[in-house]
Amino acid sequence: MAYQLSHEMFDRYLAALSATHRVFAPVVKANKNKLADLDLITYDEVSGADQIIWSEKSYFSPKEIFYPIRETLFRFVGKEAFVPEVDQKPMLILLRPCDLNGIDRLDQIFFNNGVSKDFYYERRRKLVKFAVIECTEGFDSCFCVSMGTNKVDSYDMALKYSGDSITLDIKDETLVPDGYSFGANEDFELDFVKSNKTKVELPDFEGVDLNQVFGHEMWKEYTSRCIACGRCNTSCITCSCFTMQDVFTDDEKMLSERRRRWAGCHIKGFSDMAGGHSFRDKNGERMRFKLMHKVYDFNKRFDKHMCVGCGRCDDVCPEYISFSKSINKVAKIIQEVKHEK
Amino acid sequence: MKNEYLAFPFEILSIVKETEIDWTYTVKYDGPLVGGQFMQLSIPGVGEAPISISDFRDGSLDMTIRKVGRLTDAIFNLEAGDSLFMRGPYGNGFELSKYVDKHVVIIAGGTGLAPVKNVIEKLTSGEIKTNSTRALIGFKSPDDVLFEDALKRWSQDHEVTVTVDKQPDKPWNGKVGLVTEHIPTLEGYDIEKTEAIVVGPPMMMKFTTLALLKAGYLPQNITVSFERNMSCGIGKCGHCKIDETYVCLEGPVFNYTTAVKLLD
Repeated sequence: MAYQLSHEMFDRYLAALSATHRVFAPVVKANKNKLADLDLITYDEVSGADQIIWSEKSYFSPKEIFYPIRETLFRFVGKEAFVPEVDQKPMLILLRPCDLNGIDRLDQIFFNNGVSKDFYYERRRKLVKFAVIECTEGFDSCFCVSMGTNKVDSYDMALKYSGDSITLDIKDETLVPDGYSFGANEDFELDFVKSNKTKVELPDFEGVDLNQVFGHEMWKEYTSRCIACGRCNTSCITCSCFTMQDVFTDDEKMLSERRRRWAGCHIKGFSDMAGGHSFRDKNGERMRFKLMHKVYDFNKRFDKHMCVGCGRCDDVCPEYISFSKSINKVAKIIQEVKHEK
Repeated sequence: MKNEYLAFPFEILSIVKETEIDWTYTVKYDGPLVGGQFMQLSIPGVGEAPISISDFRDGSLDMTIRKVGRLTDAIFNLEAGDSLFMRGPYGNGFELSKYVDKHVVIIAGGTGLAPVKNVIEKLTSGEIKTNSTRALIGFKSPDDVLFEDALKRWSQDHEVTVTVDKQPDKPWNGKVGLVTEHIPTLEGYDIEKTEAIVVGPPMMMKFTTLALLKAGYLPQNITVSFERNMSCGIGKCGHCKIDETYVCLEGPVFNYTTAVKLLD
């Protein structure tokens, strides 16, 4: 059912909904930007319509809402492990189509890679519902159309924002608070981005000797430019890697915690093994590893590309490295390699 | 929902000091295992790491651990009767049925001997009936030799070559030189039908497999085992991924024809 709401009505709806759901949306945090005196657009819990930022892309993706940056897996008391409880209140996340597609990529790793499902991811993920914000233009660095992620197959709710009114299409009945009634029904069709300013040509690796790509000169540029800060990893909606971290929480060393925290393939130490062996020591090699994962080898396992073209990695890179440009460079190299044949 | 990350305490039954820094921990364990698999081993508050299972039998398993970091430093402070935390086993392990009625050569470097110890035991004891079983094992120096008793036992009925990298200062009964220098001595049988297993540090595996190919071994008859940084063992953490392959899921044991395509 679709309903047209005034800004004020939408505000009241969110207040009513917050009795049963925690609602997350892009918000503005004053002076929290990496640059002094600038604001940060990021995800947080909202209780009113005024808090929601409709017109800008969030710096971080919404993944941290249900896949925290750092999470305690269990607390040890001596030899006994206790798994901490999590808030069981359902969550509603307002997000754009690219991000909803990105969450599908996280699901592939945490649910479908290997035989085990990830307990910690699953217990939060199953509480999450999605409200898709209609996105018809995107932003400068977006390339969702090239990645085929400008559209969504399904959603629990969709929102069209038009300044003074908001149209809601609610598929999940539990998102209508008890006793709450909307006005007249509306026809609803979600529109999508049809063309981005940034376009990407996906490399076709079919029949190409990958040694020619891996050993190519192009990666050296990234060895000199990339500073391995890992911002592209932490801002990415599809980066799922983590590292275990144990800590003692008392002086007697009887109490301890095992935690996991986000890890990134660009960051030093990602492949280090005890005893001194490591792989991909050059930053260009890490760029190659990430690129191949996002637009080549993930697809071999799951039949879809990992990258969803949200463009956040380009937005956050302090060295102005463009991931979309690097994909296009690889596509060009592939064409040259095939031409030489 | 099963929580695969939960680690449980297992009692240490005995500790054997193989070298100054490589100790074998035997822990109480019941359950099916395959040689070449690994455990996620941990001490609460200190850390967790993948450790290969060097041997196993009814009621217990062995892990040969080198003191190289924070976690292994803490493990070296434990004594028999203490507990190690484990979850697993993970990884595919070696498919031993393929070695029945074959000539088999096992080449191991240093601690790389640990993940194949059980394989060598099964092949030399006759539990897996091969046509012949030979082992070529390299260590840095005589002080780094692992499993001395087992080496003696294996060499009673089988051709076992133990070599150290450089001419040692003290008396040494074995050979001298890198394992690659001794590969020519592994001739004598129909090389094209001989199966080879290569496990060791990345450089050793690279040059050993190249030397085997040069000697006439067929790529499809070479098996290798990889070692990688891992935080989960179940295909989630991403540390061990090479291309589309997860070493913890599809490995750590790979046929050379697959391994050669894995570009780090």
